[in-house]
Amino acid sequence: MPQLEIVDLKANYGAHTVLERINLSVEKGEIVSLIGPSGSGKSTLLRVLMGLLPPISGQVRIDGQALDYNDRAQLRRIRSQMAIVFQQYNLFQNMTVLDNVTVAPIKVKGRARKQVEDYAVQLLEKVGMGAKLASYPDQLSGGQQQRVAIARALALQPSIVLLDEVTAALDPELVTEVLDTVRLLAADGMTMFIVSHEMGFVREVSSKVVFMDAGHVVETGDPRQVFDQPREARTREFVGKILRH
Amino acid sequence: MLGQTWGQIADELPRFFSHYNLIFFAKALGTTFALSAIGCIVGFTLGFVLAAVRMTTRPAARPLRIAATVFIELFRRIPFLVTLMLVFFVFQALKADLSMFSVALISVCVIATAFIAEIVRSGLESVHQNQWDAALTLNFSYLQTLRLVIVPQAWKIILPPVFGFFVLFIKDTALASQIGVIELAFAGKTMNNKGFSATLVYGTVLALYFMLSYPLARFGKYLETRLAPTRNR
Repeated sequence: MPQLEIVDLKANYGAHTVLERINLSVEKGEIVSLIGPSGSGKSTLLRVLMGLLPPISGQVRIDGQALDYNDRAQLRRIRSQMAIVFQQYNLFQNMTVLDNVTVAPIKVKGRARKQVEDYAVQLLEKVGMGAKLASYPDQLSGGQQQRVAIARALALQPSIVLLDEVTAALDPELVTEVLDTVRLLAADGMTMFIVSHEMGFVREVSSKVVFMDAGHVVETGDPRQVFDQPREARTREFVGKILRH
Repeated sequence: MLGQTWGQIADELPRFFSHYNLIFFAKALGTTFALSAIGCIVGFTLGFVLAAVRMTTRPAARPLRIAATVFIELFRRIPFLVTLMLVFFVFQALKADLSMFSVALISVCVIATAFIAEIVRSGLESVHQNQWDAALTLNFSYLQTLRLVIVPQAWKIILPPVFGFFVLFIKDTALASQIGVIELAFAGKTMNNKGFSATLVYGTVLALYFMLSYPLARFGKYLETRLAPTRNR
């Protein structure tokens, strides 16, 4: 049974349809990359999965169970299984690095502070931020903030992690450090959705690539197939353009 | 002419600062202080509650949200004197036997709540939407989001105008004299009517208002540095 299944999903911003007939099936441990031009609905799909934008119709199933995005209790359950890392990091500006990572497990999950802090320090060391526990977000570079944001997402021990253009806001030299962190997670066997414009990276880490355009899934396949032998003309056009760069 | 005035004031001083007059002024100061302090505390507390209610998006909270919006929009637009009269006559119509002080107190609380709710709302809204999104995706409740993330970041926007409002507000409590509450402005008028020189009387009233509002402004500054530290500057 797929860990996550998206069936005929539709979402609107006001009267404007931004996602339509989205069908996708993800097995546990798969790394799914969403690629496509800006405005194609990649980030929106992640926002819908997290319940930040409720779908108009269709279904999202986790472990075979359909989710009701209008049910607050279910929404909480979804969010306890999925974690998102945002393009702009979205770290809490009033908290230190350590507090950013520990606040949700302590205050939301009610776990013991000592235990949570030990685990948070482990995570922060893993992403190379162990020396910055007492720093505030505005004292860190973009790459460092993004790595803290990844540690924060992992602190709740989610089964699925969504990465929304995590390198898009970074200077080119900071991109590598964040991508190295994501590679570490990929090696851990965590299920991931990655929205990215870093095509080399997508090709390297993904087990499945989804090409989206104008709110639709145009083509799904393994990286080699999508990049080297795209079936659809629109995919060929997009891949042809980006690979020329 | 000026010398004559100062001479007259000097002559009046012993009589002006008599035991009875000092008690009279102290009581008036106490009344102004009570109206201001209770108004500020109640206004700050309820203002926060109304701002939080106004910002909820839950469909079930819609009636509360509408009520909060109507309250805030209405009482921010009515002159304080009119609110005072309204409270006075509404309670009279209800045959509730309230003292003039209670009427003034309810009025100042209503006004302070409406104004502070709007200041707090604008402060809360100044915090970037991405902070709300992050809290939501980490499963924070609405109150946890406010308490742990939004309010701590909004202090630096909220505090300066709130304390600015408090200082204006202390002066506005003078309007309570219009319904016969013996506060500082009323005490000044009474002493002037008793024949004391206006310069002496209102000079004293001025000093007493300053005594109330200056420490408050200092306290506001202190809170700003305590609650809204600016890092990396």
